[in-house]
Amino acid sequence: MKRLMNIEPSPVVKVFLTMLPFVIAVVVYWLASEARLSENPNDKLLPSFTQIAAAVERYAFVENKRTGEYLFWQDSAASLWRIGLGIGISACVGLVVGMLNGLLPMVRAGLSPFITILSLIPPMAILPILFITFGLDELAKVMLIIIGTAPVIMRDMQSQVTQLPREQLIKAQTLGASTWLVAIRVVLPQILPRLLASVRLTLGAAWLFLIAAEAIAAQEGLGYRIFLVRRYMSMDVILPYVIWITSLAFAMDFSLKKLSMLCFPWFHQGEAK
Amino acid sequence: MSFLTINNLWKSYGDVQVLERINLSVEQGEFVSMVGASGCGKSTFLNMLLGKEQATRGQILLEGNMLKQEPDEERGIVFQRYSVFPHLNVLQNVMIADEFTEAKILGWVLGSKRKLIKEKALAFIDAVGLTPALKKYPHELSGGMQQRLAIAQALMKAPKILLLDEPFGALDPGIRADMHQLIRDIWKKNKLTIFMVTHDIKEGFELGSRLWVFDKVRHDPHAPNMYGARVTYDLALNTGGQSADINNIVAEINQHEKNK
Ligand SMILES: Nc1ncnc2c1ncn2[C@@H]1O[C@H](COP(=O)(O)OP(=O)(O)OP(=O)(O)O)[C@@H](O)[C@H]1O
Ligand SMILES: [Mg+2]
Repeated sequence: MKRLMNIEPSPVVKVFLTMLPFVIAVVVYWLASEARLSENPNDKLLPSFTQIAAAVERYAFVENKRTGEYLFWQDSAASLWRIGLGIGISACVGLVVGMLNGLLPMVRAGLSPFITILSLIPPMAILPILFITFGLDELAKVMLIIIGTAPVIMRDMQSQVTQLPREQLIKAQTLGASTWLVAIRVVLPQILPRLLASVRLTLGAAWLFLIAAEAIAAQEGLGYRIFLVRRYMSMDVILPYVIWITSLAFAMDFSLKKLSMLCFPWFHQGEAK
Repeated sequence: MSFLTINNLWKSYGDVQVLERINLSVEQGEFVSMVGASGCGKSTFLNMLLGKEQATRGQILLEGNMLKQEPDEERGIVFQRYSVFPHLNVLQNVMIADEFTEAKILGWVLGSKRKLIKEKALAFIDAVGLTPALKKYPHELSGGMQQRLAIAQALMKAPKILLLDEPFGALDPGIRADMHQLIRDIWKKNKLTIFMVTHDIKEGFELGSRLWVFDKVRHDPHAPNMYGARVTYDLALNTGGQSADINNIVAEINQHEKNK
């Protein structure tokens, strides 16, 4: 008998084991919901699958009578735009600042301690300041995402640059490269896959900040909707929204991973499958 | 005047005296092997030749001029590891050497210039025997192939000095022999001046035209960092090595080590 740590599941078993927790979660929910609804058909806490489907139908496939829009898609678009813009700007700023910090000792001396302090400010604590300075519209929400994620990416990029083997940077110099060429031909291409990894890790925080900002001040958005319908205890709306947000987050994470593997195959060599 | 002159060179890191009173001169076309106990300052010496480290006292003159205080094209280097670019394939790794100097702003060269660079790169890749692996990335190459690639890169710049820091230390013996043949050919063909650090004294004898042994002359048992190493042996070797008295000299050096 092999040690437990050496036993690998076969492909079939692996799929089965992957599906199992999901199936169990659905079944447990279904049983609990059945039990509660049979006691009190008006119970709102655990709506049945038919009730949830009806709510999805109402929000996603029937147009709003007043505005003629589909709430669900409108919310999704608003949220995706905000998070995409926020994390995109964060990634660009993080990359540039991180590279400058990692590569140039003069810049590092001036900026690195400042950024470390900056990254320790709890973003939620300065949310009121953002609302006061940027108003209640788009800008404040995007700024919250940027403030929450950019310093982390900057610090990560800086440490990734300084972790590149010194030998490579010296080799490039002996081949006649200037600082600029070392930056764009040696450092940048090696740091891009690490940037994607860093963005994947900060996406969770980005969603957190987005939903928090939307909950407090917005006219549309996934977070806004959830907090709005909470007043009516509409679990039949909240649950599909949460599942949808999770799916979006997963899709982003997954596509960033695939993108990285596609563009930087040399980076993913030797990674555990 | 010599090609390379080292005048009363001292190097310390804080309280630690690493090297002291080094006075040597080297002519163009010499192949200097450097051996010595671990931690005695061979890499430090090489890094000073490279311009990565600066001398605490004294100076190094290359053709009568002070060495530049940072790495440049005059001095090529091959480290034990990590001296190729993992994100570029073999051809790109070699071509980048000339792209660095031909495209100062964009870093990329196009058109007929690119063709010229490619031809030159292919010639050096062929010289180190990597033509079959042209499109492979470093992680797909064996240790020996990666070192060949690093050598080809360095040759692109036709450096005045080639510095090798234990270049074959991580390779197994069979591949090492191939690499010795390769480096000897390249040395002769390109009339390079080579400095090579090695832990393998046999290798030093076999390849070098000259052998330096780094060692501490003075010892203070209460303050081991007080004194630095010097070059205690400076032997001219019959080029090509293999002379019968190698074994005698090795024995003598070993004896000297033991007596301390
Ligand atoms: N950047 C540094 N700061 C402080 N001390 C250093 C530094 N670099 C090297 N040293 C010290 O200088 C001494 C010589 O180091 P060096 O790397 O030159 O030895 P070496 O002869 O190359 O050894 P090895 O054969 O193991 O490679 C060592 O005692 C080392 O601790
Ligand atoms: Mg060393």
